[in-house]
Amino acid sequence: MVPISYYLVLSGILFGCGVVGFLIKRNIISIFMSIELMLNGVNLSFVAFAAQWHALSGQVFVFLVMVVAAAEAAVGLAIIIAVYRNRETLNVDQVNLLKL
Amino acid sequence: MNPGGESMQTLPLGVDYIRFLPEIVLSIFGMIVMVLDPLVDEQRSQKHLGMVALLGTLTALAATLLMSQYPGSAFWNMIQVDSFSVFFHFLVIAVAALVILSSYEYMTVQRIRAGEYYGLILFGAVGMALMSSAVELVLIFIALEISSISTYILAGFRRREAISSESSIKYFLLGSFATAFFLYGVALMFGATGSTSIWQISQVLHSRVPLLAYVATAFMFVGLGFKVASAPFHVWTPDVYEGAPAPIVGLMSTGPKAAVFAVLLRIFFQANAPGRFWLIWVSAALSMTLGNVAALVQTNIKRLLAYSSIAHAGYLLIAFAVPQTAIADTGISSAMFYTVAYAAMNVGAFAVVSHLAGAGEHRVELEDYAGLGRRSPLLAATLTIFLLSLIGIPMTGGFFAKFYVFSAALKANLVVLTIIGVINSAIGAYYYLRVIVLMYMREPREETALPRVPIGVGITLAITAITTICLGLFPGRVVNYSLRSAHELVHPEMSATDIRRPSVIR
Amino acid sequence: MPDNYFARYLPLLIHFLLACVVASALVVLSQIIGYRKPTRAKLSPYECGMIPVGDARQRFSVKFYLVAMLFILFDVEAVFLYPWAVVLRRLKMFGFWEMLVYIGIVLVGFFYIWKKGALDWNEPAAGRGGM
Repeated sequence: MVPISYYLVLSGILFGCGVVGFLIKRNIISIFMSIELMLNGVNLSFVAFAAQWHALSGQVFVFLVMVVAAAEAAVGLAIIIAVYRNRETLNVDQVNLLKL
Repeated sequence: MNPGGESMQTLPLGVDYIRFLPEIVLSIFGMIVMVLDPLVDEQRSQKHLGMVALLGTLTALAATLLMSQYPGSAFWNMIQVDSFSVFFHFLVIAVAALVILSSYEYMTVQRIRAGEYYGLILFGAVGMALMSSAVELVLIFIALEISSISTYILAGFRRREAISSESSIKYFLLGSFATAFFLYGVALMFGATGSTSIWQISQVLHSRVPLLAYVATAFMFVGLGFKVASAPFHVWTPDVYEGAPAPIVGLMSTGPKAAVFAVLLRIFFQANAPGRFWLIWVSAALSMTLGNVAALVQTNIKRLLAYSSIAHAGYLLIAFAVPQTAIADTGISSAMFYTVAYAAMNVGAFAVVSHLAGAGEHRVELEDYAGLGRRSPLLAATLTIFLLSLIGIPMTGGFFAKFYVFSAALKANLVVLTIIGVINSAIGAYYYLRVIVLMYMREPREETALPRVPIGVGITLAITAITTICLGLFPGRVVNYSLRSAHELVHPEMSATDIRRPSVIR
Repeated sequence: MPDNYFARYLPLLIHFLLACVVASALVVLSQIIGYRKPTRAKLSPYECGMIPVGDARQRFSVKFYLVAMLFILFDVEAVFLYPWAVVLRRLKMFGFWEMLVYIGIVLVGFFYIWKKGALDWNEPAAGRGGM
C-alpha cells in the first residue's frame, strides 16, 4: 500500500505549483487555473488525512470544497469577461489602471 | 453523528433552527430580492428592492434577538450561539443595513439599475454572520467564501468603469489565493488533530501540540490576514478600495473584516491554535507602520482610507497578541470593542465619500474636499467626527477603542508593540487632520452647489455619528458585554452544557 | 448470493454481455434495414453545432461561455445528492425535506437565470444586467 505521506507530499507539490503559477503567470485565466490547482492540492490532502484518521468527514469536505470552487470559478469567469469587455486584454501587466 | 446504530437523537431539533435563524432570514430575503429583480420593469428604478433588502436586515436583527435567548450549539456542534456570536451578528447585520441605506441614492446617481446589488449584500451578510457563529473550520471556510464571493461581485458593480472591474478581478484573484491558503491550513489542522471542530481541536492541542499544528496556524493566518488586509498581505487593499463602489467599500472594510476577526479570535483563543504570538506581533507592527506611512502621501480619499484601514487592522491585531491567560479576556474584549467603533466610523466616512463622489465617482480626490466646511457645514462636521474618531481623539469611539487595546497590551507586557502603536497613532493623526484642515481652511475648488443629502445617507450618517460619539462617552455597556462574551469564549464550559456531543463522522 | 469471489461479479458480466449484444444489434440492424439518403449536413462530423473546419483561434459567441459557466454550477450542485443518497435511510423524512429545500434553492437560482434571459440563445444581449 502507498503510505499516506506520499499523498501529502504530492498535495504539497500541487499546492506549491499553484502558488508558483499564481506568482509567475501573466494571463488571468492561467492565474485562475493556478488557484484551482491549489484547491485541488488541498482536496488531495483532505482525502489523505481522511484515510489516516479513518474519518469519512474528510471525504465529504472535498465535495464541499469542489462546490465552493465551482461557484468561485463561475464568478471569476464572469468577472474575467467583464474585464475583457472593458480592456480587451487578459494580461495582468496591462490591467493596470490602478497602481499597485 | 455516529452511524454505529446509535439512536437518532442526532437529528437537529427545532431549537437548532432558531440558533440559525438570522442566516435563514437573510437568505430568504436575499432570494426574494433575486427573484423579484427580473420580474420588475427594467426601466423602473430598483428602489423597492432596496426596501425589501432593508426589511430583510431588520427582520434578521429581530431574529438575532430571538437567537440570543437560546444560547448553545446547533447542528452537531457546527454552530455555537453565545454572546460572542450574538455580538458579531448584530454588528455585521447592522453594517449591512446601513450600507443598504447609504446605497439607496448612490445607485441612482451612478445609474446602476440592478437589484442583485441588494441581494448580494444580504448574501454577504449571511456569510459574515455565519462566520461569527461557526465553530467548525470547514463551515467557517464556506461562510468565508459566501461573504467573499458576494463582495467580489459587488466590487465590480460599476460595470461601465474599467477601474471597477479591474478592482473586482484583483480582489477576486488575491482573495481566492488567500482562501486557498486558509483551506490548506484547515486541511493541515485536520491532519494534525483529526478533527475540524474547534472544540475537539482545542482538546487535542491541550494534551499535545504536533508540529503540523504550527504550520496549519501559519497557513490559516496567511489566508485570514489577506481578508483583514493586514501587512504583509495588504497590497490589494488600496487598489480594490479605489475601484469598488464607495458604499461597498464601507461594507467590505468593516463587515467581512469584523467577521474574520471573530474567526481569528475563535481559532486563536478557543481552539488554542499554537504559535500565534510572533505571527501577530510582526503582522501588527508591519500593518500599522506601512499603513500609516503610505497613507501620508495619498491624494485620493478612498486610497487614504484604504491605507488607514490597513493601519487600523494593525492596531486591532495588537489585542490578539495577549497570552492565553487571565488577561486574554481583556484582549478579546478590546478587539471586539475596536471592531464596533471602527465599523461605526468607517461606514459613516464612506457614506460621506459615496455621497460626495457624484456620478462616475469623479470627485474622490482630496482637493474635492477643500472648503467643504463652508459648502456644507453639517456634512463637514459629520465627516470631522469620523476622522477625529479614526485619529482616536477623546470623546469618540476611536479613542476608547485604542485605549482598551493599548491597555490590554500593556497588561500583557507588550511594551514594544504598544510603543509602535502609539507612535503610529501620532503619524496617523497627521493625514486625518490634513483632510479636516482642507475642509475648513481652504477655499473650495469649485463653487457648484452640492446635491442635497438624501434621506438614506442622512439616516446612515446620523446613526453612525451618534454611535461613534456614544461609544466615546458611554463605552461601559459595550465593554461589559464584550467582556462577558470574551469570558464565554475562553471558558465555554461555564456557559453551555451541550457542546460536548461528538461531531466527527467516523 | 454465492460465496465464490468471481460469482459475485456474474450479474456484472451478464449486464456487460447484454449491453454488447444490444449495442451491436442496433448498429447492425440499422445498417441492414435503414433507409439512407446522405446529405452534406448529415455527412459532416457534427450534424449541428460548430463548423468543424477553420481557424481554431476564431472568436465565438460569449454565449458558449455563459452556458458553460451555468453548466458548471448546476452540474456540481448535484454532487451533494450522492452522500445524501448514501445516508438517506438513516436520515428518514428529515433528510427528504432537507433535500427538497436544497433543490428548491437551486430551482430559485434556475428561475433567476431563466428570467434574466441567460438561457435565451437568440437574444443578442442576455437581458438587463446579464454578463
